[in-house]
Amino acid sequence: MKIPYYPGCTLKSTAKNFEDTAKLVAGKFDIEFDELYRWNCCGAVYGLSQDNVMHKVAPVRNMLRVKEVGEKQMVILCSMCYNTLKRANYYVRKNKDRLDVINAIMYLENTTYDGSVEVRHFLEILRDDVGYNRIKKEVKKPLSGLTIAAYYGCLLLRPEEIAIDDMEQPTVMEDMMKALGAKVVDLPVKTECCGSYQTVSRKDIVADRTYLILNEARKMGADMLITSCPLCHFNLDRRQDLAKDRHHGFKTMPVLYFTQLMALAFGAGENELGFESHYVDPRLILKERGLL
Amino acid sequence: MAKKPRIGVFVCHCGLNIAGVIDVKKVAEEARKIEGVVFSTTYVFMCSEPGQKLFEDAIKKHKLNGAVVANCSPSLHERTFRNAAARAGLNPYRVEIANIREQVSWPHEHEPEIATKKAIRIVKATVERVKNNMTYIPFKVPVTKAALIIGGGIAGIQAALDIADAGHKVYLVEKSPTIGGKMLFLSETFPTLDCPQCIETPKMTGVSQHPNIELLTYSEVVAVEGYLGNFKVKIKRKSSHVDFDKCTGCGDCTRVCPIKVPNEFDRGLSKRGAAYMANDQAVPLVAVIDENYCAEIRFQNKVKEGKVKPREKPVCSKCVDVCEADAIDLLHSNEEIVEVDVGAIIAATGFDLLPMEKLPEYGGGKIPDVIDALAFERLLAASGPTAGVPKRPSDGKIPKTVVFVSCAGSRDPTHGMAYCSRICCMYLAKQAMLYKHAVPDGMAYNFYIDIRSNGKGYEEFVQRVREERDLIYLRGKVSKIFQRGDKVVVWGADTLTGQKVEVEADLVVLATAMIPSEGIRELAAKLRIPTDQYGWLNGAHLKLRPLETVTAGVFIAGVAQFPKDITDTVSQASGAAAKVLTMFSQPELEKEPIVAQVDTEVCAGCGICKEQCAYDAIDIDAKKHVSVVNEALCEGCGACAAVCPSGAMSLRNLTKKQIIEMIEILTQNY
Repeated sequence: MKIPYYPGCTLKSTAKNFEDTAKLVAGKFDIEFDELYRWNCCGAVYGLSQDNVMHKVAPVRNMLRVKEVGEKQMVILCSMCYNTLKRANYYVRKNKDRLDVINAIMYLENTTYDGSVEVRHFLEILRDDVGYNRIKKEVKKPLSGLTIAAYYGCLLLRPEEIAIDDMEQPTVMEDMMKALGAKVVDLPVKTECCGSYQTVSRKDIVADRTYLILNEARKMGADMLITSCPLCHFNLDRRQDLAKDRHHGFKTMPVLYFTQLMALAFGAGENELGFESHYVDPRLILKERGLL
Repeated sequence: MAKKPRIGVFVCHCGLNIAGVIDVKKVAEEARKIEGVVFSTTYVFMCSEPGQKLFEDAIKKHKLNGAVVANCSPSLHERTFRNAAARAGLNPYRVEIANIREQVSWPHEHEPEIATKKAIRIVKATVERVKNNMTYIPFKVPVTKAALIIGGGIAGIQAALDIADAGHKVYLVEKSPTIGGKMLFLSETFPTLDCPQCIETPKMTGVSQHPNIELLTYSEVVAVEGYLGNFKVKIKRKSSHVDFDKCTGCGDCTRVCPIKVPNEFDRGLSKRGAAYMANDQAVPLVAVIDENYCAEIRFQNKVKEGKVKPREKPVCSKCVDVCEADAIDLLHSNEEIVEVDVGAIIAATGFDLLPMEKLPEYGGGKIPDVIDALAFERLLAASGPTAGVPKRPSDGKIPKTVVFVSCAGSRDPTHGMAYCSRICCMYLAKQAMLYKHAVPDGMAYNFYIDIRSNGKGYEEFVQRVREERDLIYLRGKVSKIFQRGDKVVVWGADTLTGQKVEVEADLVVLATAMIPSEGIRELAAKLRIPTDQYGWLNGAHLKLRPLETVTAGVFIAGVAQFPKDITDTVSQASGAAAKVLTMFSQPELEKEPIVAQVDTEVCAGCGICKEQCAYDAIDIDAKKHVSVVNEALCEGCGACAAVCPSGAMSLRNLTKKQIIEMIEILTQNY
């Protein structure tokens, strides 16, 4: 099955390992990521101004690209891109008059957008279309020695209308990891803020958030944290150096994309998993547990 | 109107409410020019006694056969002027109100000229209507002097006692095996700290001993037919497998029953058998067998379904064997339908608490040491599972740090309850106080948005608790609650210092929102009364008729209407009882004659009107193929007339002809 795939900027740069491993995982279930032609920036942050639709043109244009190739759904990996596109889609479906304005702004396009495209996150496709049973069957190397904490952040779950799971107590990533044979902990802070764009000008805030989240995971006995958001990943991985400085006794913890662990369990080799770009190298612990 | 119309128009100033915007003199002048109007005047307050006198005198002096009063909404003073007309010898249904206050002077405050023109039009249209009004006489209906009360909480108990004491028969229906309601769960009650065992149980036994009260516990209302003064109600007595007349309440069966299920009376903090008594103070003091859990009954049901083969020996008959009174029969259902005739009904169905699972951000339903406030009442109550010593559910330890969380779901539109549950501030203060009584070295935190203590002695109580008991009140919402080891971590904000707060607690008590009882909407539909968006029952008028409903003869009392404390609940219950007794004091009841009527020559019996009727007042005569209006049931809303495709259905004194003539006047060009 081919599915239109919207990457977004980070999946082509800092989160290249996320894209590579996701494609590898999808391939196991005969899903081919068909990258959209001429995709553009998702908008990066969903525009909250009520009377200005300019911020919604960018996400809507990407959905228009899907409609142009005659498809009804699309897959996204990055949580931020998922959030901006899904919310923009929800908004234009609810406000037809605003959609008319957006279509008028996009007058140079060959066609207009009508809200018909379904925006889906890869986790939803794995859970709802593939199913945990098929995932279990693909496992070559069970992750039985690992204890994993899943971290969702905000973008997959808020607002409620676009949430891929229960917005307060999501479990999709934990269920996924259980299917791979791993042990999971129910991280209470899994929906807390990672500090987001504060990472640019107030690294200290992000370092404190990183400490809070990883420390809680550590206390619960987790070996590593998984996420699906490149921004969360960057913050929670890269800001651990500052967290060490600010919080005495803080122990670093590897932060992975859920697809990296899936690919590993499905038998991918070390060279396919992109661990070299992590700040906190996960290879040490994976070797220790006999998984590499 | 066969006779020549002689109509009077009375324009009210309503102080400056109307006259401050509308040129009332001009309205009266213009009215006088309408054909058929023989008299018009203005007066500063038409509804005052001299105003009504003026109205009566004018009717007599000018021999009026119709009157229009231009004043406020008919819901306020239509009855006033119809009564005045009757005193002056004019049929009350020949008086109509032209609403020039709510519909003109208030919304058009800043445009007096337009307002005056609009008022004149409304008066003209109403005069046109009155010209075609007919004389009607109110129906007389007999009244069955017996009342049905639905719900055996403190509201139902109080209303039952008041009506029964006045000498009338009362049927008190309660779905659980005992009366007493939520009040019986409580440890002590604010602000006086009486225990319900002391103040409620005497009323409960009063009910069971009262010769005029027939108690129908473990029962539900299944159907309501009839109308004001003459209801026929079907009540299902659920199958208890226990003969209540024989059962002595010894409790032997409850002790031998091997089944263990969560006990509702202790909010699941203790277990009960399938054979159980609701609690030690139950009224009536009888056991019931819970069909959902009894092993023998479940086995028998499977046999009936053909899933298993019958056995010679019963699976379990311990309760039957031990019962000396021979009151238990597991093999036969004793469900029965009882039919009662009553003249009035009071709905007093109370409330439930928002299920804990609806608050996942607070670990509701997941963390054992996060409990709701009724569960904490049980932990504080001497009759509770821990005999009054607060022990936390997970490991039975006495909690040294307790966090109380106000507004858990209340005042929160995202959880669907935008309203304040009204009693939580008070009971949390009380619970914190009782906790500190029991555990003097314990710490109690209370997160609140505002402290709402607006009752007699309430603010004093809260202040006393805060000062004497060394509690920490934190003004701010709790954002998250989660388990860390054997502690429950509470994250919140203290908005007075602007700090984020983390408390590692042993036990967290959530003041979960009060919500209407399960099944309230179905019951409201049976009673033909509306609910609000949350399911609370609506009175006929929020301020002036809070106890009556739009269905004559049906009243509401207690929390079923909206959250309230025990004081207000009891007051309202006595109020509803007084309304019922007023009805019962009449030899016959009067019913408004403004009802729907069918032109049987035109009606084709299509039945569209029947579908529309909210009051089940229309039947189709199968032989004649025409609609038949039950005038006693009809509330005169006019929905049937509006949908009738042939025009056969009309509302008295608001016929299609009248409506069209009014519309024509109102839509004429200036």
